[in-house]
Amino acid sequence: MTRPAAAPDLPAAGPPGERRAAPGPRRALAAASARLRGGDLGIAPVVAGLVVIWTVMQLLNPIFLSSANLTNLALESVPVGVIALGVVCVLLVGQIDLSVGSVSGLSAAVLAVLFVDRGLPAWAAVSAALLLAVAIGWFYAQVHNRLGVPSFVVTLAGLLGFLGLQLWILGSKGSINLPFDSGLVTFAQLHFVPPWLAYTMVAAGALALYATGHARASERRRAGLPAPSWRTPAVRSLALLLGLGTAVWYLNRDRGVGWMFVLFLALVFALHYLLTRTRFGKAMYAVGGNAEAARRAGIDVKAVLTAAFVLCTTLAATGGILAASRLAAANQSSGGGDVNLNAIAAAVIGGTSLFGGRGSAFAALLGVLVIQSISSGLTLLNLDSAYRFMVTGAVLLLAVALDSAARRSRAAHGRA
Amino acid sequence: MSSVPVPVPVPAPPPRPGRGGPLLSLRGISKSFGAVAALTDVSLDVAAGQVLALVGDNGAGKSTLVKVLSGVHPPDFGTIVFGSRTVTVPSPAAARQLGIATVFQDLALCENLNVVENLYLGRELRGLRLDDVTMEVTSRALLDELSATIPSVRLPVAALSGGQRQTVAIARSLLGDPKVIILDEPTAALGVAQTAEVLNLIERLRERGLGVIMVSHSMAEVKAVADTVAVLRLGRNNGVFDASDATASELVAAITGATDNVVSRRAGRPAAVPPETAVPPPPAGADPDRSPRS
Repeated sequence: MTRPAAAPDLPAAGPPGERRAAPGPRRALAAASARLRGGDLGIAPVVAGLVVIWTVMQLLNPIFLSSANLTNLALESVPVGVIALGVVCVLLVGQIDLSVGSVSGLSAAVLAVLFVDRGLPAWAAVSAALLLAVAIGWFYAQVHNRLGVPSFVVTLAGLLGFLGLQLWILGSKGSINLPFDSGLVTFAQLHFVPPWLAYTMVAAGALALYATGHARASERRRAGLPAPSWRTPAVRSLALLLGLGTAVWYLNRDRGVGWMFVLFLALVFALHYLLTRTRFGKAMYAVGGNAEAARRAGIDVKAVLTAAFVLCTTLAATGGILAASRLAAANQSSGGGDVNLNAIAAAVIGGTSLFGGRGSAFAALLGVLVIQSISSGLTLLNLDSAYRFMVTGAVLLLAVALDSAARRSRAAHGRA
Repeated sequence: MSSVPVPVPVPAPPPRPGRGGPLLSLRGISKSFGAVAALTDVSLDVAAGQVLALVGDNGAGKSTLVKVLSGVHPPDFGTIVFGSRTVTVPSPAAARQLGIATVFQDLALCENLNVVENLYLGRELRGLRLDDVTMEVTSRALLDELSATIPSVRLPVAALSGGQRQTVAIARSLLGDPKVIILDEPTAALGVAQTAEVLNLIERLRERGLGVIMVSHSMAEVKAVADTVAVLRLGRNNGVFDASDATASELVAAITGATDNVVSRRAGRPAAVPPETAVPPPPAGADPDRSPRS
């Protein structure tokens, strides 16, 4: 139980760039491996899992890694991925939202009714659906904050209630088709980034990564803080350029990169910035880690919870709108079936802790790629949803088991 | 308790080693919760550069007094003079604004965040594009100033020992540049070495010219670092002692309200522990789960 015995090896276990530590790739590698052994797994397991899944699926069916299938896979991932982004937000503050599927289905129904039946312009219908979602998130937060009802129960009620509302709004027809020539449908189905623009965006992204990395490193060096070496930002930027460049080239052999996927990436980056570089983001991690400490530090915990719930339901509605656009229809099963559980599973598989205070926006991206890869691969093998559910369930169990094991290991290494 | 209470409600003498007059003066503070009078007519003075130990048995009103000062429970009656002004402390934020920082016993740190993030929690620089370089430089400088033994400010708090966490909590309260710092049982859950570390830290706070109010149960620690000892008993002042003159048995007598008490009887037994180390049992409120983490 005594700390001093373990204290001497702390510096070695710390992040790269300790005080007075010589920076360098070997040092960074050693620090990374120490972090892994200490139970700070980060995105390593999900990336490894993705590689395994892709390898197995490719061996079973050579079409899996074809440009055409990957283009589809990217587009299919977006609706659930956007919903998973919202789930990351509530999980981070130590809450849960079980109603993301129902809320996404409800907003799809609202969109379709207003846009098709009432003839409102697309922007108005989308805004109305999003506003309704904001109101739902606000309502959850009020019930949770004021009455102290656990979010599990509030959102379970929401799951049922808003599914009912969705069915009621859709009426006896039960299904509304969106016109194929509408902007929503063409955006989700037909709009791809022209190759020159895709390459330009990749180059701009790599350049921006280098510029910010270089600027931060020099700022830290000027301030006398440990900083990564001059090479690090360049190496990272080059890796991004080559990796994304290859991906874009490969997808461009088919239809290319869908604008919808670009929208998803933009949302991921926006949420990542919000979580890591703003006061609000730190408040979310603090509330998830120790709500009482956050309150004493002057953070308005209830406001943070409200924001997290509103972010979640709004992103769920966005996912629902994108799903309806991609399907060109809203029906009684919109947001039903496995959408709910896939979104939550994606966030958890990507490395967001169910215990709060741990996770990142990239968890949603990586997690949804895992889930959609399983789904796409099994569909290519003509295996129906029975197998899909079983495999996804196994992967989810594996991910949570890994999270729990990592948590124990962190506790053993004093990093709980 | 059959013995006669010791009637020593002494008016607070002028603080001895302090620089100048009292920085913070409480006069006639009373606080009731329903029918329970937690504090009755309590007076207290602390000067800049003075360590005032606040001692008393469980239920003596120490915690209530700390909460009055930190703005958690505003007092029913009485005046608080801070500097030369009479002030009210209606909320924790108001206390911080005045320059009264409180480190509560449970520290209130977020274990999933690193040291810098904890120090600046809720008051990060540049909210929309965090200035982590300045925050890290300031944190490091502050911890170095306190001679803290924290290996890296980018370690999560979960990786720190109990003493290091106490240091982080104290450093956090110093960021607001307070005049008075209140430590609620800073060593209650710590081991021997970590306790010494925290006591050193308290001495450095005194050197910085802060007024320090330390709630403690350990007579040895009180004698080791405090300049003045104020005793509370049943919600009332029960004597103010000079820490260098008072003996532990005098303090225990004032705390228990009896010269013949369980502690002195224990001390009188053959083969009993010497009075210097006779320490009352830990407070009932101390959570046994909060032992120093490994």
